Amino acid sequence: MPDSTFLDATELVLNMGPQHPSTHGVLRVILKLDGEKVIGTECVIGYLHRGIEKIAENRTYAQFAPYVDRMDYVAAVSNGLGYCLAVEKLLGVEVPPRAQAVRVILTELNRIASHLIWLGTHALDVGAITPLFYCMREREEILNIFEKYCGARLTTHAFRIGGLQYETYDTFEQDVRAFCDMFLPKVDEYEELLTGNRIWIGRLRNVGILTAEECKAYGVTGPLLRAAGVKWDLRKAQPYSGYEQYDFEIPTGTIGDSYDRYLVRIQEMRQSVRIIRQALDGLPGGPIMGKVPKVIKPPVGEVYVSIEAPKGELGYYIVSDGSTQPYRVRVRPPSFVNLQALDKMCRGALVADVVVVIGTIDIVLGEVDR
Amino acid sequence: MKQGGALRRFLRKVLFIDLIEGLWVTFRYQQPKYIYTEQYPAERPKIAERYRGAPRLNTNPETGETLCIACNLCALACPENLIVVDSERDEKTRRKVLTTFTYDTSRCMFCGLCEDACPVDALELTQDFELASYSREGAIWDRQMLEEGPRPTKYAY
Repeated sequence: MPDSTFLDATELVLNMGPQHPSTHGVLRVILKLDGEKVIGTECVIGYLHRGIEKIAENRTYAQFAPYVDRMDYVAAVSNGLGYCLAVEKLLGVEVPPRAQAVRVILTELNRIASHLIWLGTHALDVGAITPLFYCMREREEILNIFEKYCGARLTTHAFRIGGLQYETYDTFEQDVRAFCDMFLPKVDEYEELLTGNRIWIGRLRNVGILTAEECKAYGVTGPLLRAAGVKWDLRKAQPYSGYEQYDFEIPTGTIGDSYDRYLVRIQEMRQSVRIIRQALDGLPGGPIMGKVPKVIKPPVGEVYVSIEAPKGELGYYIVSDGSTQPYRVRVRPPSFVNLQALDKMCRGALVADVVVVIGTIDIVLGEVDR
Repeated sequence: MKQGGALRRFLRKVLFIDLIEGLWVTFRYQQPKYIYTEQYPAERPKIAERYRGAPRLNTNPETGETLCIACNLCALACPENLIVVDSERDEKTRRKVLTTFTYDTSRCMFCGLCEDACPVDALELTQDFELASYSREGAIWDRQMLEEGPRPTKYAY
């Protein structure tokens, strides 16, 4: 008798996506299965590729700013901030303190909005439908503030190189304060629904573990790295846009599983509210636009600026050849780098855990494919 | 005591107390202030003042003349190159006069760079948001369309 017959050949190759609802867009994962167990995965990306980095080479610096919103469209304000900071560093422009504070308020609001989308969709993937409606309800308030501030809800184009285009509207401070007061009890509400929920814990505990060493090896940043116990936040490590003035904590996890990441992101929302309140209390007056020439023509050189986007380290590497258009723009998207660790997290897990792991990385395919 | 509890449970069951309590929660949310559904074409949504919607080429309200000085700055600022401005020089006054102004809304991403660039506030992104048309050509707006604004169908209720 042979050692194995054809009946033992249980390996099955299965396509998950690109239309699968829990791949958060158009991610295709090829799964190699042994029964219900995942032996290996392979990601196929590029379904949402629009060549944004190439578009940059044919646009002036100011013209490219609306395009960066289309990468991570869930956190468009953070993208805009990273790009503007990079060009400002290239130009050597100082941003006025008022513009910096307003930028911090808007990016932190956007961080909350991004985490809310993550929490809602992740819970929906796992089977809890109620949190999605709750999260969308609170996100709506943030989007209303964005719409009142800059006239767009999602792809905001809120910042310009050198500062801000729009002064805050009359009731901006009241609106943001009202949101902060309303939002903190809502976070407790989400925690009541999920934190102690047995199904939630059962699905998330010890699923998709990524240790600190593995995170560093893969270049994984953001909440995934913090959940593994590493206190690394670019807002503290290399403060930008005046983050050094604000007092906040970096929430960390212990073992780096999906449940830790959930707790870290919930805590981050609370810390964001704390930062917003401090920024509102010390909102300085003065101009909102730095001294930027009409035609932006940076000197020859290159610059890399990274910020802490809701999903991790978002970096912009810009090479200037001295003309009005960038020679090359390279984006270091957090989702793309974090997605690399999918295979590591999925191996040996079950098919249902793959859904959890994709959800817990918090990817946006617009950013993965660019 | 135990019997009283059983009686109470029995009465609750007979009189549908639990059902009424549950329905009361549902009924409470019938209050109009909890209703979020917008009856869209009948009820206009609230649009923020700074909303970046349909473009408009402003005219002088008294004379009806266009405010545009045909400086071409909006066309240069546009990332998608979708604005075409044509002008000719008036031989008498030696000033540029606008002849055609085309704005392709099908390619527009409403970033607002054109209205920022306009030195005389002639080009503006307005609160109009109903831009649908039956053809691709309908999405390319000429000067007349830009000055008058979109005219969505009005329904009677």
